[in-house]
Amino acid sequence: MYPSRFRYEAPSTVAEAVAMLAAADGEAKILAGGQSLIPMMKLRFAAPAMIVDINGIGGLDYHRSDPDGTYRIGALCRHADLEKSAALADAQPTIAAAAPVVADPLVRTRGTLVGSVCHADPQGDWASVMVSLEGAIVAQGPNGRRSIQVADLIDGPFQTVLAPDEIAVEAVIPAARGARAGGYLKLERRVGDFATVGVAVSVEMSGGSVARAGIGLTAVGPATINASDAAAALVGTALDSDAVDAAAQLAAEAAQPRSDHRGSADYKRHVVATFVRRIGAQIQRSEQEAA
Amino acid sequence: MSTLFEEVRPSDGGAGDAVPVRRVELTVNGERRAADVEPRLLLAHLLRNGFRLTGTHTGCDTTNCGACTVLYDGVPVKSCTMFAVQADGHEVLTVEGLATASELHPIQEGFKDEHGLQCGFCTPGMMLAAKALLEEKPNPSEDEIRWALSGNLCRCTGYQNIVKAVMWAAEKLGANVESDGADDAGDDAGGEG
Repeated sequence: MYPSRFRYEAPSTVAEAVAMLAAADGEAKILAGGQSLIPMMKLRFAAPAMIVDINGIGGLDYHRSDPDGTYRIGALCRHADLEKSAALADAQPTIAAAAPVVADPLVRTRGTLVGSVCHADPQGDWASVMVSLEGAIVAQGPNGRRSIQVADLIDGPFQTVLAPDEIAVEAVIPAARGARAGGYLKLERRVGDFATVGVAVSVEMSGGSVARAGIGLTAVGPATINASDAAAALVGTALDSDAVDAAAQLAAEAAQPRSDHRGSADYKRHVVATFVRRIGAQIQRSEQEAA
Repeated sequence: MSTLFEEVRPSDGGAGDAVPVRRVELTVNGERRAADVEPRLLLAHLLRNGFRLTGTHTGCDTTNCGACTVLYDGVPVKSCTMFAVQADGHEVLTVEGLATASELHPIQEGFKDEHGLQCGFCTPGMMLAAKALLEEKPNPSEDEIRWALSGNLCRCTGYQNIVKAVMWAAEKLGANVESDGADDAGDDAGGEG
């Protein structure tokens, strides 16, 4: 299968790339990992007139912690970079849990977290993870940079509020107000299939209770779901079983799944609740081991 | 040099409707190669149709099966999900680059000895994914092998022997490393490729 014809540009700076996007009048797409874009172009679901390949732009492949604990992931940081990082496993447990279950090992060597979030596929794993962490995307446009909460970035299936002349340059996770814990669980029929259900739970524990919580849901609605009521049920608790049960119930209610060949809506809701309980239990166990 | 991708050039293109091509220069199996390609040409097609390296198979053509796996700067990628222009200035290793003129690569020997292939269609991709694994983890567990190959599908469902083949290769490569310096075998099995 061949994509439609397009003009190919390979800028060496972000500013150059932004100028190319601005000149393309909304007809350009950015190529980072390309693991969703290229298949869509081959199927002609996407037919951009111009491809702006940012892989030649230096200094975008990082993931690192600022001195204050803010975590930054550059636009060319691949899933595999996150999967293989020991430092990340300590600093960002929810991201570390999700990285190994994104797509398959070959896609993970190319695909990027930032690209996946901006692709805004309701079945994409990273947007849920970022929502659970109150993460943001930093976008650069002709008038400089702005930060957009991932929960506000996505405004529909495959749709974001990014302007046609903006490039997402990094993902930012704010510093934790306590000790971070979290997990990501995903049900898939086989490796590389789209998620049937995915659940991201992130908490920040301070003085034995939850200072902040976030829950993001994958593949159970027209877009990534921010289960904020469910997360609120965890805040101020010791993450005891009753609190986790309440959150699990609220998360299942927040889900808007549709019955399809991957399962019925009721089944998917049940899996959402089960995954919240399982991640809650995982966190409880590791807290007890640490204590 | 002839322009690749002629087969999909619209026949009704007017004189002023020239197809834009770009020169790419890359290293394929240790050899410098160049081609003029249309940007939409996929890396798999450059390798197969341009360089006639037909060992790289295109199976599903939808980023699912991994039959088209090649090593791109040593990293396993699906060559049907990259544009050929992205390989400009990079190194690509295909299955043709595994064996030397006289000797199979230990991974190939393993697939032969352990009956790691039936129809053989997925085999090139399996072997290159395995090569990347063994370079990163010379002594992988069975779980690690299954995990590393989970992006490569075998429609004959011959996974059991594929895993055995990779274990065989890991042992052989390990034995080669141990015997390096102890004898003068001097082969480059498990080298950088």
